[in-house]
Amino acid sequence: MKITFDWLKDHLDTKFNEDKLLEQLTNVGLEVESVENLSAGLDVFKVAKILKTEKHPNADRLKVCEVDVGEKDIKKVVCGAPNAREGLITVYAPPGAIIPKNKVKLVVAKIREVTSYGMLCSESELNLSNESDGIIQLSSKKHEKKIGKSYFSKSDSNLIDLSITPNRPDCLGVKGIARDLAAAGFGKLKDVKKKKFKSNIEQTVKVKINKEKNQACSSFGSCLITNAKNIESPKWLKDKLISIGQKPISAIVDITNYVMLDINRPLHAYDADKIEKGIIVRNSKSGEEFTALDNKNYKLDDGMCVISDGKGVLGLGGIIGGTRSGTEFDTKNILLESAYFEPASIRKTSKKLNLDTDAKFRFERGIDPSSIEDGLNKAALLIKEICGGEISKIDIQKIETKKIKTLKFDINLFEKITGFKISTKEIYKILEDLGFIIKKKKKYLKLTIPTWRPDISQEIDIVEELVRITGYDKIKIIDPIKERSKSTLTQPQKLFHFFQRAIASKGYLESITWSFTDSNYNDHFKDKNQEIKIINPISSELGVLRNSIFSNLIMYMNKNLDRGFKDLSIFEIGPIFTGSNPGEQNTVVCGLSAGKRSRLSWIEKERSVDVFDVKRDVIQTLVEAGYNSDKFFVDTETPNYYHPGKSGRLFLNKGKDQIAAYFGEMHPNIMKKIDIKTDSLVGFEIFLDNLKLPKKKLKDQKTKFEVSDYQKSERDFAFVVNKEVKAQDLINVISSVDQKLISNIKIFDVYEGENIPKNQKSIAISVTIQSFEKTLNDNDLENINKSIIKTVENKTGAKIRS
Amino acid sequence: MSDLKNIKEKYHTKLNSNLSLDEINQIKTELFGKNGLISSQFKNMRSIPETDRKKFASDLNLIKDELQNLITNKNNEIESKKINQKLENEKIDVTLPERSFVRGKIHPVSQTIDEISSIFSEIGFSVEEGPDIENEYNNFTALNTPDNHPARDMHDTFYLDENKEILLRTHTSPVQVRTMLKDKPPFKIIAPGRTYRSDSDQTHAPMFHQVEGLHIDKNINMAHLKGCLNYFIKEFFEVKKIAMRFRPSHFPFTEPSAEVDIGYEIKDGKIIIGEGNQWLEILGCGMVHPNVLKNVKVDPSKYQGYAFGIGIDRLAMLKYGINDLRAFFDNDYRWLNHFGFDPLDVPTNYRGLSR
Repeated sequence: MKITFDWLKDHLDTKFNEDKLLEQLTNVGLEVESVENLSAGLDVFKVAKILKTEKHPNADRLKVCEVDVGEKDIKKVVCGAPNAREGLITVYAPPGAIIPKNKVKLVVAKIREVTSYGMLCSESELNLSNESDGIIQLSSKKHEKKIGKSYFSKSDSNLIDLSITPNRPDCLGVKGIARDLAAAGFGKLKDVKKKKFKSNIEQTVKVKINKEKNQACSSFGSCLITNAKNIESPKWLKDKLISIGQKPISAIVDITNYVMLDINRPLHAYDADKIEKGIIVRNSKSGEEFTALDNKNYKLDDGMCVISDGKGVLGLGGIIGGTRSGTEFDTKNILLESAYFEPASIRKTSKKLNLDTDAKFRFERGIDPSSIEDGLNKAALLIKEICGGEISKIDIQKIETKKIKTLKFDINLFEKITGFKISTKEIYKILEDLGFIIKKKKKYLKLTIPTWRPDISQEIDIVEELVRITGYDKIKIIDPIKERSKSTLTQPQKLFHFFQRAIASKGYLESITWSFTDSNYNDHFKDKNQEIKIINPISSELGVLRNSIFSNLIMYMNKNLDRGFKDLSIFEIGPIFTGSNPGEQNTVVCGLSAGKRSRLSWIEKERSVDVFDVKRDVIQTLVEAGYNSDKFFVDTETPNYYHPGKSGRLFLNKGKDQIAAYFGEMHPNIMKKIDIKTDSLVGFEIFLDNLKLPKKKLKDQKTKFEVSDYQKSERDFAFVVNKEVKAQDLINVISSVDQKLISNIKIFDVYEGENIPKNQKSIAISVTIQSFEKTLNDNDLENINKSIIKTVENKTGAKIRS
Repeated sequence: MSDLKNIKEKYHTKLNSNLSLDEINQIKTELFGKNGLISSQFKNMRSIPETDRKKFASDLNLIKDELQNLITNKNNEIESKKINQKLENEKIDVTLPERSFVRGKIHPVSQTIDEISSIFSEIGFSVEEGPDIENEYNNFTALNTPDNHPARDMHDTFYLDENKEILLRTHTSPVQVRTMLKDKPPFKIIAPGRTYRSDSDQTHAPMFHQVEGLHIDKNINMAHLKGCLNYFIKEFFEVKKIAMRFRPSHFPFTEPSAEVDIGYEIKDGKIIIGEGNQWLEILGCGMVHPNVLKNVKVDPSKYQGYAFGIGIDRLAMLKYGINDLRAFFDNDYRWLNHFGFDPLDVPTNYRGLSR
């Protein structure tokens, strides 16, 4: 909503200045978005007189004019306007001036070999109207004495742009803003005497509102003005519209706009001669069409509120008029419409048609239903004053009378909500200034709600009005108490934070990528999940919710590789989506590591990152988080985006209840499709929601401290086994031999090749044996040795290497 | 007697010459071996007349100690000489680079969330979460924003179905609804998380982060709201004083509603929070609307309180001098490294929010 202080003063008597105004607007909740000086730079445009014109030597259509720009200064200006002639008083723009229409800065220029010092302006160039056929013609009478003076009257009133919240339609009119300011003590609302006219002339255009289901128009006021002459608006009206950045068009259009901006009462003007057999307000039928004032053709559905005549649709009520009945400069007889339309219906229709207009914006927020007559009065009188003609009686058709709303207000609620007190006197004053009518009852106030405040319906709304006008700075500060009755984080939340930092501490940079992704990328990683489409994505590259974090992470990994970084690790912790219903999502930690370790190191041998790097990161993180790695179980069933031979699936225990993590090399096919160039790319996913939370708290887990000080022995074994036998199985078999005595098992070599039969491998294992009860003698150790060899050989088909 | 003296003098000279470890061991055997010179003297003790025996014994012990000390010293001398020689050969250039290490970082948004949680933890808020996919009821209707209400235009919503019933939450406020439906009052929660709006330009990203706050109890009023936010902002920006302005505004789910600005100024091209006479909007808040409380089965005649919503990305930008919102989600390795935080820098109450 754009206003000026000058316009506000039409409704407000105040002694305060503009700085105070801006502060006060913000304080009552009418946020000042920007303040702009529209007249800045306009003072250089001068009233000037053409003294002489000559044909341009090199161009038929151009003239070279000698122009009196005041103070005995004569400028030579090349001008192409057909109406440039000797004696014409017009507007001159000197070099350096910025033309308002196109924001171009004028320079001294040669136009076909003739130097031109400045320009003579058309109305269009000065944003005064659309008139661009010739330069401005000013009347000699009025302007002869003003030659050399600024054309634009100097205005100190800045253009103030307010952000009006959707609950305040009343402040979409200057008067409503003035009312709020007055209530806050910024001045006094002017009691503008409502001029009413008396007329004996009947309104002869018949208006009927069809009584049908969901009729959105509850009343329709109209007034006919006959024999008027639609002309250009007078200067005061033009200035007013220009002052808030609007372009004057014609008197009738300007007047309806002015009334709308002034009191938020949208009007529509029809050329009455173009209406066939009266007006019918009705619901549209599917397939009906009309061409609106935006020159677009609209096809309507069933049930949209239309204003129609005998020939068909004239316009969409409260949204936009049609070209068929629009007013033009030759319009003589004008039918003014002032109606009430239901906000919800307006909104529904405009959404369906994707139509946004000023009228729609106002009606969907709620127009004061009692302003129908005011608006017609104000506009009709202005039209008569400016365009002449005769005004008919006002005709109002109604199918429903809007009830006056009342509400009970207990004044104690104010202190209960705001924490401070104001006097009953103050309460009365504020509410009355805002237009409420107050009746005092025993325990409460009975308030009649102003018709222009559709936002007010309950007690809390009144508290808001009171505190808003009193000022939020009156609210006290009560410092919070430092007291905690519930733990801040739940166990899963703690786990989230732990994993986030545990992974980062292993050299991964945390990334945050969109929750949506490119379906082409998602396809690679969605595994068995369904694709979840966004109906209205921001672009097709962000068209689906991600089924895996990899889709985005690999894209950003690739971008970083393209930036020339070779060895990097990134991760993200966040949601992946398994379905399109609330809650069908899982929290995943997903990491990617690319390139080499120890690249170009003088001391270490460089190597590509591999599956055991990510395996370590996964296992270490889980162990750090408190999970017992002795129970972990790994198999090789992984989704198809992993390298089938170099990836693993991890469970927290052999029961395989839920998948804790995947880790492995990325599938070469995917690397090829994504065109990712790196020495090696490995990744992992840990599924946080699948991790069973430890039942005991740390303090309960740490009660017992048991160590053995008896001597421990290490025994090495080398088994030859079939290639398919997993290291994990060997370890499990060995540890099952005697869980009390075997305290550690380490694989220190895996060997295939010479001296080992084909399809077999040799695994060298070191086993630590220690008792909690005694020092083991040679005999004891020998027994365990034998038992280990026997068990392994029996259970895995291995042979001990001698 | 002269025997002892001779032994002493002889071995004194021997032990003061240049010897190898083997030679010293040899001497040790000559003196203290089974039939060594000193050992034999001890055996001879009996043949010494009783009158002289005492004196002899004491002399012998003296000589024994003296020679033993000499041997030990000589041993030490040789060993340290050996070590010194070894050290002489073991000099390396320690200015050569160390073994390589990797360093990860925490994203500034995550760090900021942890800072926020830490601050609110101190004054008794706990953390709640909700799903990213929401139904239209929790995101709008329950929050007093009925269909066909212009306030819905304030949120450009991503929808997942044609009927516009399933959507990506446009704010964290639906967590309020879920929390209040799930539990019984009082409520004192914050809910940080991802939020989505179909809006994308220099200052808007289609995904961003918000933290919701909710405190409902029997007598929580606007002064508590002001106190809570005043505390939070001071703690967050780690300043003692902060200029703060509450402005009336409108949100369908709170009434009265406010927007909060903080004072700032630009000094040498850098934004300084807490000083100056310019205002910067950082959050929206208000008293939870009775309609919302009714929708979640909380009796508004018994319970009342406040809610607020803060843009986390914006807070991070202000605190850490990040200019471009879009960069948060570009995941440029250099940017992550530059603005990221060490994982050991966990914001806590006792060691402070940030270094």
